[in-house]
Amino acid sequence: MTARRLFFLAGVVTLCAWVLVPLYLIALAATGGSAVVHAWPKPFLPTGALAATLAPLARFLSIAGVWPALLTSVETALVCVAISLTLGLPAGYALARFRFRGAVLFRVLVLMTRAFPVAILALPLAVTFIHLGLYDTPVGVGLMHTALALPFTILVSASLFQAIPAELEEASWVFGCSRLGAFRRVVMPLALPGIAAAATFAFVISWNEVFAASVLTVRHRTLTAYLLAILPESPLDVQFTGAFLLVVPSVIFIFLVRRRLFSIWGIANR
Amino acid sequence: MTPKRMLLRLGPVCAVAALALAGPNLAAAAEPVWLSTQLRPIEEAQQVRTVILKDSPVKAQFIADQPASFTVRVEAEAKTGHHVVSLLGALHGELEPFVPLGLLQPLDSLVPRLAADKIPNSLMQLGKFGTQHQYYIPWMQATYIMAANRKALPYLPKGANLDHLTYDQLEQWAAAIHKATGQRMLGFPAGPSGLMHRFFEGYLYPAYTGGLVTTFRSPQAVAMWESFRKLWAQVNPNSTNYGFMQEPLLSGDVWIAFDHVARLQDALRKRPNDFVAFPAPSGPKGLAYMPVVAGLAIPKGAPHPAQAAALIAYLSKPSTQILTLKASSFFPADALPTPGNLEPGLKAEGDAVAKMLAAPDAKPALLPVGLGAKGGEFDKIFLDTFQRIVLRHEDPATVLKREGDAMQRILNDVHAKCWAPDPPSAGTCQVD
Amino acid sequence: MRSRTLPYLLIAPASLLLAVLFLWPLVQTAFLAFRAPGPLGVDVWSLAHVRRMVSDFDFHTALFNTLGLVVVVVPLQFILALTMASMLRHIRAGRSLVLWIWSIPLGISDLAAGLVWLAILSERGYLNTVLHAVGIISGPRSWLTYETPGVLFAAIVATELWRATAIVLVILVAGLDMIPREYAEAAEVFGATPWQRFRRITLPLLRPSIQTALILRTVLAFEMFATVIAIGGRNFPVLASKAYNWQYFDQNTGVAAAYALVIMGAAIGATLVYLRLLRSPEQAR
Repeated sequence: MTARRLFFLAGVVTLCAWVLVPLYLIALAATGGSAVVHAWPKPFLPTGALAATLAPLARFLSIAGVWPALLTSVETALVCVAISLTLGLPAGYALARFRFRGAVLFRVLVLMTRAFPVAILALPLAVTFIHLGLYDTPVGVGLMHTALALPFTILVSASLFQAIPAELEEASWVFGCSRLGAFRRVVMPLALPGIAAAATFAFVISWNEVFAASVLTVRHRTLTAYLLAILPESPLDVQFTGAFLLVVPSVIFIFLVRRRLFSIWGIANR
Repeated sequence: MTPKRMLLRLGPVCAVAALALAGPNLAAAAEPVWLSTQLRPIEEAQQVRTVILKDSPVKAQFIADQPASFTVRVEAEAKTGHHVVSLLGALHGELEPFVPLGLLQPLDSLVPRLAADKIPNSLMQLGKFGTQHQYYIPWMQATYIMAANRKALPYLPKGANLDHLTYDQLEQWAAAIHKATGQRMLGFPAGPSGLMHRFFEGYLYPAYTGGLVTTFRSPQAVAMWESFRKLWAQVNPNSTNYGFMQEPLLSGDVWIAFDHVARLQDALRKRPNDFVAFPAPSGPKGLAYMPVVAGLAIPKGAPHPAQAAALIAYLSKPSTQILTLKASSFFPADALPTPGNLEPGLKAEGDAVAKMLAAPDAKPALLPVGLGAKGGEFDKIFLDTFQRIVLRHEDPATVLKREGDAMQRILNDVHAKCWAPDPPSAGTCQVD
Repeated sequence: MRSRTLPYLLIAPASLLLAVLFLWPLVQTAFLAFRAPGPLGVDVWSLAHVRRMVSDFDFHTALFNTLGLVVVVVPLQFILALTMASMLRHIRAGRSLVLWIWSIPLGISDLAAGLVWLAILSERGYLNTVLHAVGIISGPRSWLTYETPGVLFAAIVATELWRATAIVLVILVAGLDMIPREYAEAAEVFGATPWQRFRRITLPLLRPSIQTALILRTVLAFEMFATVIAIGGRNFPVLASKAYNWQYFDQNTGVAAAYALVIMGAAIGATLVYLRLLRSPEQAR
């Protein structure tokens, strides 16, 4: 039994290392400057003093436009999360709880939108957006990102609601709850962690999306789009610094929502 | 309880959304926006913002963009009439598709204001695209050269002159290094963001066949691809990942490289004592090279046309042009060989360019002319041909036959006439 | 009855938004793919762009590469995520820490992930440093070139596994958590082995989550793009990168749109297969 347990723990540790070691290495590459990028063999520990290590990061952050782009990214992602949840949860609930004509078609259509490469939508959408006055605004990009995130939100929330026994809900109708009341008091609390997960997906999709964000903006670039424009033609060390700075917020963000993502344990064990 | 808390959490989000909706983003920019496909790399763009634009009479917002999204954006703005950009900075070939679409504002009235700045007439003519009107003002020029690590110099073949190499000598040189070090140290920018197609269009083809389109599948072309295949055996296989050759030169993965002057400058300027710059090699038909011209244009419907014009005037001043050279190693539009007390790396590049232009068998090959939006597909022909013949070892004659047909279709679509190095044609240029 | 119209009311806002933002440009794209300039200079219905796409010399390579990646990556990710999800149930201390670590890649963009692995796998990268230290290679050596297609493929698979397994994991964990523990406990009382419990109870109850996870991953795998470009450049063409190249470098939106339709077709095909194979009990009823 102990040998098995040891084997099991080794597996867990290996899988953790599988995620963490590349992150450590990109941090090394990002903070080493061009000397480390071109070094052979590569050092596995930070070489210089702390100040020297931070210099490449500071240099990167002092590039004009990085900070405004960061703000735009957050704005855009929040717009995307808000709209995705508002529109996606009802649709997901409908898919989970009702058997209605066209449900399968709706599901397929929703998936179909995700199957279409975003890059190709760029030109028609840019034109549509300029007509709507949404071109070059965080709301416009957020809306576009909603179209990308919404299928996730709908499908994730559908399987979420589906897993909550309908009997629970029906029972509360018996006890005099309205449909909305039952949803609020019974379904929502159970589904909340999953909804937090759906919100995370929406945020992350928006944060990471590059092409629509590049084409639908001129001055109000999201951070990822801004980096896409400048990174491919920057020296390798700057590219690694950029990659690292793209990774950091995601690590923090996942850390912040980790309880929301998985606090379900409390419910399941009840 | 928890749903309520979540609603509370959502509150600020909705507020942000509402704020963003009501925000000032829809209003036209207060400053003119200058959209450029040139000076894109971070440090060059920083130089534009902090040095070049610092003393400008007009405060402008400089935005660098990839050529692809540049085109998409300019066309989308024109289609809808919602204009944000006031000034365009781009290569000749990138501005060209806009002319038949009527997207550029004629700048004829601006020309007299620039007369004192001595831009050569030949360059000004390019900005007319063969029409009566001036559609762009030449801004900067550049070309492609070679650079090498000094460690490579001892392996030069006997009797070879670095300033006038042949492609055969380049192959022998790289082979000698390969033999001595066990590494393939010759590099080309054949990665996704590299400019390899220009090597075929402006250097290899004209140097071996004397033409480009007309001689695309000539017997000389077949022989050329066979000898390039041989050369490629000495090329670092990472070349199909390289975008800017200054990177592998600096890291030491490559000792000899071909690229655009602006994409070699970092190596030459950072370590001028370690690297040398020299002209491109020559082939049986001479030393072919490709001059590159970037221009400044104003889109029709620009929100700040007057300020954009003032900015063009400022950017064309000799003093600003020198600042541009220092920022980017693009040479001024007014005169190519650059004088004076320049830093050593830039001077090395300038000298190599001057030597290339002065070579007795120098043969300028223009960027493709008259292809408009088909320019990309035209470039693709060369990249595909290269991949098939050199990387996949397909039979050159068969590949050239098929790709030649594809090239003819493109030329027919846009009725493009021949351009240098091909002799002028009466009608659409023909692949023989 | 209200529940007749209610579902339609519930899906209406989402459908409207998707129609405006997606379906409409999608129709325009279909037009782009199947309309080409005719003899009179007016656009006519035509297969010219499709023919152009099929005659592209690496069309078959791109198709093969894309399918290859999907077929290799998606099952590996599924197995890995399922393993991780089941492991989580048996972790006693520090579960939330492990969970956090394993879900970090969820937030990492494909662009960043590609660059992270480029730092590891490049000529002078960390992998080569390790290989050099243990004496397998003698100096910097490139793995990501056209000369080593096998390694290149493996590198892309590794990057995708690293980056996108987390999304499957999260969906599966959320699904697993929804399964009442009583079921498994009851089965244990009746003497079911762990494997039987997993096969007979966990997997069937997990079916809706598996369906969602597989569909999302497969659809996204067909679109896989930035990672492939960052690691393989032009050496490893996939359908999405071909579409991107045709649109942005070659500036032929028609052919790009045709590629896009192929991707969409493949993704829809896969989706329908999953929907059929993994019908949730609700739908099967």
